[in-house]
Amino acid sequence: MYLDSDRRPTLTPKLALRIAFLGGIALVAFAVIFFRLWYLQVLSGDRYLTEARNNQQRKITVQAPRGEVVDRDGRLLVENRTGLAVKVTPEKLPRNRRRRRVLYRRLGRVLQMRPRRIQRGISRELRALPFSTATVKQDVSGPVVAYILERQEQFPGVTVERVFLRRYPHHTIGAHLFGTVGEVTKEQLKDERYRGVNLGDRVGQSGIEYQYDRFLRGRDGASKVQVDALGRLKRELTVVQPRQGSQLRLSIDLDVQKTGQETLAGGTGRGAFAVMNVHTGEVVALGSQPSFDPNLFSKVIKPSDYRRLRDPLNGAPLSNRATQGLYPTGSTFKLITATAGLETGVFTPDTVLFDGGSLTVGGVTFKNAGGGGHGALALRQALTVSSDVFFYQLGRDMNGTLRLQHWARLLGLGRKTGVDLPGELPGLIPTPRWRNRLFKRHLTDRPWSVGDNINLSVGQGDLQANPLQLAVAYATVANGGRVLAPRVGLRIEDSSGRAIQELDAPPSRRLNINPAFREAILEGLRGAASQPGGTSAKVFAGFPVPVAGKTGTAEKGAGRPDQSWYVALAPFPSPKYVVAVTDEAGGFGAETAAPMARTILAKLFGVRGDKARGGGPSD
Amino acid sequence: MDTTLGATVKDFREPQPRRSLWFDPWLLLAAVGLIASSVYVLSGATADDIPGDRLYYVYRQAAYGAVGVVLMMLLSRFDYSRAREWKAGLYIAMIGAILLTLALGVSARGSKRAIDLGFINLQSSELGKLLLIVALSGFVVDRVRRLNEPETTSRVMLLALIPAMLVVAQPDLGSGMVYLAIAVAVLFVAGTKWTHFAALGVLAVGALMLVLVAAPKADVQVLKPYQVDRLTAFMHPTDNPREQGYQINQSLTAIGSGGKSGRGDQATQTKLDFLPEHHTDFIFSVVGEEFGFVGAALVLSLFALMIWRALRILTMSKNLFGALIAGGITAMLMFQVFVNVGMTIGIMPITGVPLPLVSYGGSSVLVTFMALGLLQAIYAQARQTARAKGL
Repeated sequence: MYLDSDRRPTLTPKLALRIAFLGGIALVAFAVIFFRLWYLQVLSGDRYLTEARNNQQRKITVQAPRGEVVDRDGRLLVENRTGLAVKVTPEKLPRNRRRRRVLYRRLGRVLQMRPRRIQRGISRELRALPFSTATVKQDVSGPVVAYILERQEQFPGVTVERVFLRRYPHHTIGAHLFGTVGEVTKEQLKDERYRGVNLGDRVGQSGIEYQYDRFLRGRDGASKVQVDALGRLKRELTVVQPRQGSQLRLSIDLDVQKTGQETLAGGTGRGAFAVMNVHTGEVVALGSQPSFDPNLFSKVIKPSDYRRLRDPLNGAPLSNRATQGLYPTGSTFKLITATAGLETGVFTPDTVLFDGGSLTVGGVTFKNAGGGGHGALALRQALTVSSDVFFYQLGRDMNGTLRLQHWARLLGLGRKTGVDLPGELPGLIPTPRWRNRLFKRHLTDRPWSVGDNINLSVGQGDLQANPLQLAVAYATVANGGRVLAPRVGLRIEDSSGRAIQELDAPPSRRLNINPAFREAILEGLRGAASQPGGTSAKVFAGFPVPVAGKTGTAEKGAGRPDQSWYVALAPFPSPKYVVAVTDEAGGFGAETAAPMARTILAKLFGVRGDKARGGGPSD
Repeated sequence: MDTTLGATVKDFREPQPRRSLWFDPWLLLAAVGLIASSVYVLSGATADDIPGDRLYYVYRQAAYGAVGVVLMMLLSRFDYSRAREWKAGLYIAMIGAILLTLALGVSARGSKRAIDLGFINLQSSELGKLLLIVALSGFVVDRVRRLNEPETTSRVMLLALIPAMLVVAQPDLGSGMVYLAIAVAVLFVAGTKWTHFAALGVLAVGALMLVLVAAPKADVQVLKPYQVDRLTAFMHPTDNPREQGYQINQSLTAIGSGGKSGRGDQATQTKLDFLPEHHTDFIFSVVGEEFGFVGAALVLSLFALMIWRALRILTMSKNLFGALIAGGITAMLMFQVFVNVGMTIGIMPITGVPLPLVSYGGSSVLVTFMALGLLQAIYAQARQTARAKGL
């Protein structure tokens, strides 16, 4: 054995103490480790187990196409097309910040986007849905996609995916009806309506796309997959196939819609029209000019485009004048004045009043629009020739009460019609209270006077209404007292057109309108469109379908041209349809709006080769 | 050295003394238990790592284990005291091996840590641990009468610091720290004054501040940025879950999700590669996930057994040299176990310290077995000496 040179006893008390110290350290360390393990595994095990499960599971959503929209005859109005979207997969992006910036810059050059915007968009989407892919740009053209795919090594983490985009084959036709789709907003996400919608999804933002979004939306498919740490797919855990949204059938007739918008565009280019079934409230056509192409919205709309579509100088193409217009209605209001006067006993259908060409009340003289007088006349004749003085007297006599305002409201003015389109405006029926309040606040120069009621009786002054409201009022008289809520949506169908759910007509209010009064009013309107001296007789001369209709010429003051109105009921004497047309700067009703109404009616009733012509300066 | 009582005299000691083993069976049990656990854990955890060879790591680890046990047994018959004379040679061999590695080492993920010897990638820093223990013990025994002089302490620390700096440059931060721990432990067992340790502690804190705080400000790179990130990430793992905190978070998730009895085949953290380095540095997390608290406790118990036996052998050593070697080995084992396990459970910074015998790796396994062989030798010779003294 080798002999040691150190011969001192090995286990001195000092050494024993130090070894005990080492043992103590080991003991403490083991205790700490055991407690920590106990805490991690036994006390927090469930939490970590959930974390481990989440770690390996990714949800991949598969976009469901939106439902298509067809007109009442099944003609396609809104469909889908597939586009290519450029997306990024966050795990595969360069980790290095500088290299990521270079990638964004390169992408920005190819996609013509600012790199800052790309980066911000991606981080916003990823905050909302970590681990999923983030969309950089929707609907990228083929060459750009090819460029990116051919240079994958320059675009790490960038992928191209098929997405469904909305297509509106008829472009500006029906744009206000169909509305637009757009990315869901933060506020909407909190709404119950949008349950199941994820950030970045596109939902209806206006028109029926908005109104019936619930049906049109469809259900995105989702597969839950197990992935490894590099994001490689290991296996599918569950798969839910995407389901396309339901098809929506509208009461719209594409031909009438097209004709309406085209004829309106042929006027001054700013106006609106509504065609409605007077018995069911089904809207056959509803349009507003100027219009826009909703295809602009199917990708992400450019801010400059959006500004242009909202610009009042352009006529604010996005606003739907048929439901959002705030117009005085001119003489088309006389139907309401007549109904109010008759139903409240102010006069009867046979009461004769004298029209001497003007009426002076309180020192103010109100003249007939035409200038001359019509002599002694009763209701029918007064409507036929559109005697202002006749209705001035009714307006004067109903001042002090709210009979006129009350009946205007009953007939659907000053309130929303309840049409299944978003953004409808109620308009305004001027009342003494309303004006006096404004006056008190110094927002107007005078309080209410009898003149206001006289103005209202012929639809001038402060009245604000839109074509759809007038259509409802006329339909109410025509159908004997049912105030209908107009509707565009007919039923929800599967893709083959089989009904899934009929959209019930919204409840209508019922008014008591004396059949004798209805008859008198309709006859007066029929006369206007047929008898010699009738305001629109010349316009409808030779038209095969008997039409009853009222012209209107709303004065807008301040040197602006008059607004042209026409509301037609046809066929007389049992009208099925009401057509309300207005052209913001069309001048006399018979001049612009009435011929438009004839064009629309011709399409509506299938009159071939009909040629509408203006009826001269007749109100 | 048996005491012969004479051929004619009958052995009167009745009953016959229990034939003492020439090795510590508990230490052997702990070592074999750990290497067996390692092979078993690897068979589940690494099945999908090498495509087409489900048992790649298992075969190799088992072979290292077998060779290691043989080495241990051979070393246990070795008269370790002889090594005291070789201390300078051992030290130079160690430095040479480390320098050689730096010069022509095989690169793995930006680190040069191993020399390719054909059958094994020899990690000089692993072998260096054992060589350093023996060499330092030799130096300290020589100066045992001058232990109170600060010069002794400084010299010993310097002797450890040189190879430590060299392996940190490889870069292998973990081994560097093990070297320092070994030096401190050898001094501690030798009986260096507490005041020296206090001074060393102050120096260590100062150096740490210099490296982590002052150096980056002065633009001097002592540690690579990823090393600093790893060192500090355990203090705030959720700050940057996709980057530095990633490993810690995945490790915690793995261990935590194991629960009381483990997830067995459902151990997705390991199987789906969320857990990095799951066959080497983070193998304890695999144990935690697959076998739960029970499995982790079993492995820790084997380590406890091993450390207890090591401390026991330390008390038995027949001479100071053996005691110092045993102290160094004990410190090496303790340090590696606590730092490695601590890092997987989020109470220690991430440094590349393997879990002795359990982490996959030939150098580490073989060196650990050789260290255990030295412990066995100290044990055997202590028993022999004791018997010689008639105890």
